[in-house]
Amino acid sequence: MQDERGALKRPLGLRLWLSGSWLTLLFFAALFAPLIAPKDPLMQDLFLGRMPPFWESGAEPGFWLGTDSLGRDVLSRIVYGARLTLIVAFVAGVLTCIIGATLGLIAGYYRGWADRIISRFVDIWMAFPPILFAILLIAVLGPGLFSIIIAIIIIDWTRFARVIRAEAMSQGAMDYVASAQVAGRTKLDTMLSEILPNVLPTIIALLTLEMGIGVIVEAILSFVNLSISTDSPTWGGMISEGRTSIHQAWWVLVFPLITLFLTVLSFSQLGEGLKDRFDPVLR
Amino acid sequence: MTAYLSIRNLTVTLTGGTPILRNVSLDVVAGQVHGLVGESGAGKSMIGKAVLGTLPRALTISTGEIWLDGVNILTLKPSQRRQRIGAIAALIPQDPLTALNPSKRIGPQITRRLVDILGWSKQVATARALELLAEVQIPDPVRVMRTYPHELSGGMRQRILIASAFAAEPKLIIADEPTTALDVTVQKQILRLISDMQTRHSTALLFVTHDLGVVSKVCDTLSVLYAGKVVEDARMHRFFMRPIHPYSAALLAATPTYTDPTGSLTPVSPKVIKAVEQEIQEHDMRARQ
Amino acid sequence: MMYRINNLQLSLPDMTRKPLLGAAPRIEILKGLTFDLPKGEVLGIVGGSGSGKSTLGRAMLRLLEPTGGNIEFDGTDITHLSENQLRPTRKKFQMIFQDPMSSLNPRRRVGGIIACPLRVNGMDNLGTRVTEALEMVGLPNHFGNRYPHELSGGQRQRVGIARAIALRPDFILADEIVSGLDVSSQAQVLNLLENLVKELGLTLAFISHDLSVIRRLCTRVLVLHQGVIVEEGPTEALFASPRAAYTRQLLNAIPLPNPHQRWA
Repeated sequence: MQDERGALKRPLGLRLWLSGSWLTLLFFAALFAPLIAPKDPLMQDLFLGRMPPFWESGAEPGFWLGTDSLGRDVLSRIVYGARLTLIVAFVAGVLTCIIGATLGLIAGYYRGWADRIISRFVDIWMAFPPILFAILLIAVLGPGLFSIIIAIIIIDWTRFARVIRAEAMSQGAMDYVASAQVAGRTKLDTMLSEILPNVLPTIIALLTLEMGIGVIVEAILSFVNLSISTDSPTWGGMISEGRTSIHQAWWVLVFPLITLFLTVLSFSQLGEGLKDRFDPVLR
Repeated sequence: MTAYLSIRNLTVTLTGGTPILRNVSLDVVAGQVHGLVGESGAGKSMIGKAVLGTLPRALTISTGEIWLDGVNILTLKPSQRRQRIGAIAALIPQDPLTALNPSKRIGPQITRRLVDILGWSKQVATARALELLAEVQIPDPVRVMRTYPHELSGGMRQRILIASAFAAEPKLIIADEPTTALDVTVQKQILRLISDMQTRHSTALLFVTHDLGVVSKVCDTLSVLYAGKVVEDARMHRFFMRPIHPYSAALLAATPTYTDPTGSLTPVSPKVIKAVEQEIQEHDMRARQ
Repeated sequence: MMYRINNLQLSLPDMTRKPLLGAAPRIEILKGLTFDLPKGEVLGIVGGSGSGKSTLGRAMLRLLEPTGGNIEFDGTDITHLSENQLRPTRKKFQMIFQDPMSSLNPRRRVGGIIACPLRVNGMDNLGTRVTEALEMVGLPNHFGNRYPHELSGGQRQRVGIARAIALRPDFILADEIVSGLDVSSQAQVLNLLENLVKELGLTLAFISHDLSVIRRLCTRVLVLHQGVIVEEGPTEALFASPRAAYTRQLLNAIPLPNPHQRWA
């Protein structure tokens, strides 16, 4: 009798489509920012300060989402802000993933001494308050793109290491791993070709989640002015500036906030959607 | 003889229309044991689940009647139905490990049902639970009431589940592969215990199993299932002496026995499978008209 | 002699009773087993849960390292060989697992699963050998492109057998390989295994809790109880007149599909 699960076709995930489209849109906006952004994001014009978005009365043509208190175009700043956000998300996410997942795989599959050392290290590491740790680090390294990425990696590699270790341990107990050993495969080979493909869905889900976290951490650091220089546009920086004039010009706060929200949501939904896609049993 | 459980023309389908049970009818009479036999995927567990109202969400009862002690529970409102099932039926589950809550002591897990369903006081329920534990031959019941499930062996846990199934004096008990997870020596004790308890309490017992050997030891009557259809209904002795349906005969021939010195085993032949598949198809055609 | 096993002992640390400092107490699983397995025999290893039968099997294939005694396989002492030293021996013994779902990597196609031990051991003509192995277990060639979850339980177990015989090993260990199967596929797998043993001249160790299945397939039987061999001998003799009380107890507990059996 055929396995029922094989016959079930999963409907094409709506959330995979929505989140994927949003992120693709964002990616192209970041890549072609100079072509897409209607204005120079740094150009100030005090006569055009706090112009409302296009559908309200008193809007200035060309400034679709209004301007901030210095007369800078909100839409253009969001588009340019996407650059920094996505660079941080991808670079920090991928590096965190590589470091954490590698250590997790080794600890979970090799066990013994490797596991004891890595696990202790993770435990000790996690006892530090993370955001404080990051702020301290940036204070030492000085603000900048590089520091943000390092800070995210340092805070979050333990998340990968712990989850992947647990996953690798449960996969390692499966008989197909024993059968690879019976076949005479080396441990490293078994880890890479038997265990890794089976923990990959989890790694992917964690990776996209991590990218979303990267976006948030970057925004938080910008918010407290610890990101890159204040005049280059970042979403966190815009939110921080918009906060001071919320009663006069809500749009300066709300639009970057919505963008941030959608982006983080998309990353986590993308991860869940991809996880299902990658599973041959569910597919 | 009163039939505590009567199933009439029960059809259960998967969302999308694939039938899982096809027009199943059977009776379980007071003081008797009815076996449900079949291979995995034949739908034997689904019958028990349909009666107890615990079918997986993807499955729906499309037609049929389930009479529990004279009432067709499918016509009742959901809340009434749950009450009726709780008052009349109980389950002995397959896996004694997952059926008990690992973080609670044994005592409250047995008395809970008595307090909740029958509205007994705690003291009376505890007294009854101790009596039952003694009845299922658990040594030192007072101490066992205070232990956690992981401190007990598989056989002990199954005894506790049997005690808790009989606790509220149900008229019908459904045993779903109750000994599959146990060693043969323990299986023998547990099967004997279930039989004894069932006789003493005159319970109607629906016994789901894949093991024809077990059927010949505990059942009075049985139904053989294939792909959700009853292919043979029989009294136990007659079934083992002269199985009528070719599929039943093939199943018997495929079961190994250590007493057979030639040790020849005949797998169920493709011809038999084809014939039985044909029967199912014809049944489905008729059902669609 | 395929195996000479002398006073084999194996204990594992009990982590649940490990003191805060110092080593965990050890639980003895195998308490000094001694037996020989001649070439060409089919040895049934029977026992209840906790008897140590699976541990014995895994020690024979050196998936576990014994803590005492020694194991000689085909004239070589393999008791304490390292994974590297074992590699040349590994292609001579193979294993079929209890749960075909967890022993077949869900992300690989059947063809890749069968080819894996061949490739590791540097064989050529992988395609032909895979086709041949599939044919021997009675599966059509196109099954090579399927994933394990697309197969039925019996078919998965055939894939497990195909993987084990593809290397043409001298010895195969089968650990409870029919306990998850329906009787109809169980009969097919047992018949298949019997034919393969004859055709390929295999030596087989067949671990099972089911004496009926053992009688069907095995030429010798070894009864384990709590890490000790309680009885060992040729199948006919053992079933005709079991010597150990535990063996008799096991036999008496089996419910035969026969209403006239005296089972009290």
